Amino acid sequence: MCLAIPGKIESIEGSNDDILNLKGKVNFGGILKEVSLAYVPDAKVGDYVIVHVGFALSLVDQQEALKVFDYLKQMGELEELQIP
Amino acid sequence: MKYLDEYRDPVLASQLSRQIHKMATKPWVIMEVCGGQTHSIVKFGIDTLLPDEIELVHGPGCPVCVTPLETIDRALAIAGRRDIIFCSFGDMLRVPGSTTDLLSVKALGGDIRIVYSPLDAIKVAQDNPKKEVVFFAVGFESTAPANAMAVYQAKKLGLKNFSLLVSHVLVPPAMDAILSSKSNRVQGFLAAGHVCAVMGYTEYFTIAEKYKVPIVVTGFEPLDILQGIAMCVQQLEEGRVEVENQYVRSVTKEGNLHAQDLISKVFKVIPRKWRGIGEIPNSGFSLNNEYQDFDADLKFKLGHIKTLESLQCLSGLILQGIKKPYECSAFGVKCSPESPLGATMVSTEGACSAYYRYKR
Amino acid sequence: MIEQLTCPFPIRQYPHVLLAHGGGGKLMQQLIEKMFSYAFGPKPVHGLHDSTVLNLPVSKIAFTTDSFVVKPLFFPGGDIGSLAVNGTVNDLAMSGAKPLYLSLGFIIEEGLSMESLWNIVRSIKNAADEAGVTIVTGDTKVVDRGKGDGIFINTSGIGIIEHSLNIAPGFVKSGDAIIISGDVGRHGIAIMASREGLAFETTIQSDCAALNGLVHLIIKSGADVHCMRDLTRGGLASALNEIAQDSGHPIEIEEAKVPVIEEVASACAMMGFDPLYVANEGRFIVIVPDKQCEKVISILKTHPLGQGACRIGSVSDAGRPLVSLKSFIGANRILDMISGEQLPRIC
Repeated sequence: MCLAIPGKIESIEGSNDDILNLKGKVNFGGILKEVSLAYVPDAKVGDYVIVHVGFALSLVDQQEALKVFDYLKQMGELEELQIP
Repeated sequence: MKYLDEYRDPVLASQLSRQIHKMATKPWVIMEVCGGQTHSIVKFGIDTLLPDEIELVHGPGCPVCVTPLETIDRALAIAGRRDIIFCSFGDMLRVPGSTTDLLSVKALGGDIRIVYSPLDAIKVAQDNPKKEVVFFAVGFESTAPANAMAVYQAKKLGLKNFSLLVSHVLVPPAMDAILSSKSNRVQGFLAAGHVCAVMGYTEYFTIAEKYKVPIVVTGFEPLDILQGIAMCVQQLEEGRVEVENQYVRSVTKEGNLHAQDLISKVFKVIPRKWRGIGEIPNSGFSLNNEYQDFDADLKFKLGHIKTLESLQCLSGLILQGIKKPYECSAFGVKCSPESPLGATMVSTEGACSAYYRYKR
Repeated sequence: MIEQLTCPFPIRQYPHVLLAHGGGGKLMQQLIEKMFSYAFGPKPVHGLHDSTVLNLPVSKIAFTTDSFVVKPLFFPGGDIGSLAVNGTVNDLAMSGAKPLYLSLGFIIEEGLSMESLWNIVRSIKNAADEAGVTIVTGDTKVVDRGKGDGIFINTSGIGIIEHSLNIAPGFVKSGDAIIISGDVGRHGIAIMASREGLAFETTIQSDCAALNGLVHLIIKSGADVHCMRDLTRGGLASALNEIAQDSGHPIEIEEAKVPVIEEVASACAMMGFDPLYVANEGRFIVIVPDKQCEKVISILKTHPLGQGACRIGSVSDAGRPLVSLKSFIGANRILDMISGEQLPRIC
C-alpha cells in the first residue's frame, strides 16, 4: 500500500497562494519527475520529500532519519561490551 | 538512493535480527497491515531473520486485494463500453472479477490506460473532450490526497467528461474489525507508514487501549521493518501497550493537515465492503454531495451486477491473518499468478502472490 | 555506414507509406530499389531473385528468427531497426556462432511517415555494419491503417559454427560460475521513460548492442563455455530460470553482486519494478567452470561492452531446479519466473 519513495527537490514552480499549481522537479537518484507540492507548501529546494502517485506527502526529517542509526550504533556498542 | 539504500544495510539488519532473537522469550503474533510491508518482508527475506517465537501474519493492507468483487465487476462493465477511456493504476489490471478482468477487456478492444497518477487521468480527459474518462480510485488513505486533488481540480476546470469510480478503504476500522473478531490471533501491529504520513496516528490510541495491543508505525525498508518489529516485541515482552513511531523521518503524530483538509472537503466516510471480510462500518470513502457529478457510480447507472466469488478462494481468511496461503487447497495448484482465483494472488502485494513467488 | 541524410527515394513526393507500397507493383519496386537496395547493398549481378543463394564455408550452422514489435519505434539509445538486427545477431552469438546473414521482413502500417521508415532503414544498415552481418533478402508488406503499430519487423539469421564446444543448458555442471557481461535494466527503463503516462526525465539509454564481438573473444580464448544466454524480455530472472529448468540444476545468485546503475535502480523503485526482471538488449550471461571464471571476466573487460562484467553466482547441486537469491540483507528467497508483464505498482 503506498509505494512512496524519497526524492530531492531540485526546483519549484508556482507559489503558495495557488497550491493547485505548486509543482516541483524532484530528483530520485538521478531520475527527474515533476511532482505536485500542493501538500507540502513549505517545502524548499534541497528538501527531501516522500512522493506517492505524483504527490509529495511529507517532508523527510533529515535529523530524525539518522536516529535509527544512532540507536543501532548504541546497540552495537552494547553488544561489543557484552562480548567477553 | 538517499533515504532508501541506507536502510538496506546487511550488517545493521543482522544486528537488529540478533537483538530481536535476544528479546523474544515467548511466542508472539504480529501483523503488518500494509501490503508494501508484506512485499518488503518477503522480497528481502526479513521473516527468515526472525526467531521462531515471532510469527508474522499479513494483514488486509492491499487495497487491490480488498476491493469488493462488485466494484471490480462495475469497473469491468464501465471499461468495456465504447466511448469510455478507463484509467487505472497498473495493479488493478489483472484482478479477477466474476468472469473476466481489465487486461482481458483491454485485449478485446476496451480503451484501458495505465496511469501513474490521477492527475494523468485529468489530462486524458482534457485531451479527449468527446469521450468519458473514468478513473478507478482505489487505495488507502495514502492515495486519498492524490484522488481528492484530481476531483478538486476537475471541478475547478469545469470538466464534464471526468468521473471517479471510488473504492477507497481506511486502515484503522480494518484493524478494529480484525481485533474484534473471535478468531483473532494478532497481539501486536505494525501500522502502515505512508497512511500515517497522511493521517497521523492519533486514531490508533483508542484501538491500542481498547484491545490492549501495542502498535508501532513502521516504514518499508528492511531496517524500518526490523526496528518496528523490535519495538513491538519489546512492548510485548515488557507488557506495555503504547502507540510508538518507528518511521520518524516521514511521519508526525498529526500527519499532513493540508492533505486531511482536502480529503474531508472532497470525501465523506461511509461503510464499505472488504472483499473476503465483509462490510466494515465507517471504513471507506465516497464523494461528498458537492462532488456528486464526478461519481462514476451515479453517472453510469449500472443496476445490479451478479457476482461470482470463487468457492475455493481463502483470501478473506488470509487477509485477516487467520490462515496462511499454503493452507489453501488451491494454492499453487488451481491458483497461481498466471491464473489467480482471488486478488491476494494477483496483486504483487497480496500475501498469496508474495508466498508463491518468493517462498516455493 | 550511412551518414548522409538524403535518400534517392523521393520522400517529399511520398511522405507516407501507402498500401500500394506493399502491392507488388511499380511503387513497391521503387521503394525497394531506391531505399532498401540502396541502403543494404548492391544488386546481385544476375538481378534480384525470389531467394538468395549463399555459399557457406562450413556445414554446421546456427539459424534463428525473431520478430520486433517495440513501442515506441524510436527510444533513447536505439530504435526498432537496431533492435531487429542486434536481437537476431545476439541469438546466433549465444550458440557461439559467427553471425553472417540476415533476412529482413517488414510489415508496415499504411500512413507510417516515410522519413521514419528511412531512419529505421539507416539504423538497420548501421547496426548490421557494426555487427559484421549482411542483409541478403527481405520482404515488404503494407497493412491498412490501424492494423499495425507503425511497423513490425522480422529478422531471421544464419551464423556459422567454427568451434567444437557444446554450448547449451544441458552442459551446465554443478559448481559452474555464472558471469554477467554488465549492468541490467537499461533497455526496459529507457522504453518506459518514453511511454506516455509514465514519462520521467532520465539520461538512461537502451543498452541495445551486438554481443558477437564479446562472444568471439571468449571462444577464441579457449574457455570451456558451457552455456550462454542473452537477457531480453523478462530480464535476468527469466534467463536464469530457463537455464535452471532446462539444465535440471538449481542456481544461486547474490542480489548485491548484480550490477545495476543508480538511475535504473531509482526508476525501478519509482515504478515498483524489480531490476532483475527488466528487459535488456545488450547483456548476456555466460556459464563456465569455476576455475575459468576470473580469466573469462578479464577477457570480457578488454571489450568496451564488457566493462561491467562480474560473477553473480553459481550453479549448484542438490534440490529442485529453482533460482534462489541471497537478498541485500543476507536472507534467502526464491527468484521466480515472472508471469506476464511487470505493471507499475502504486500500492
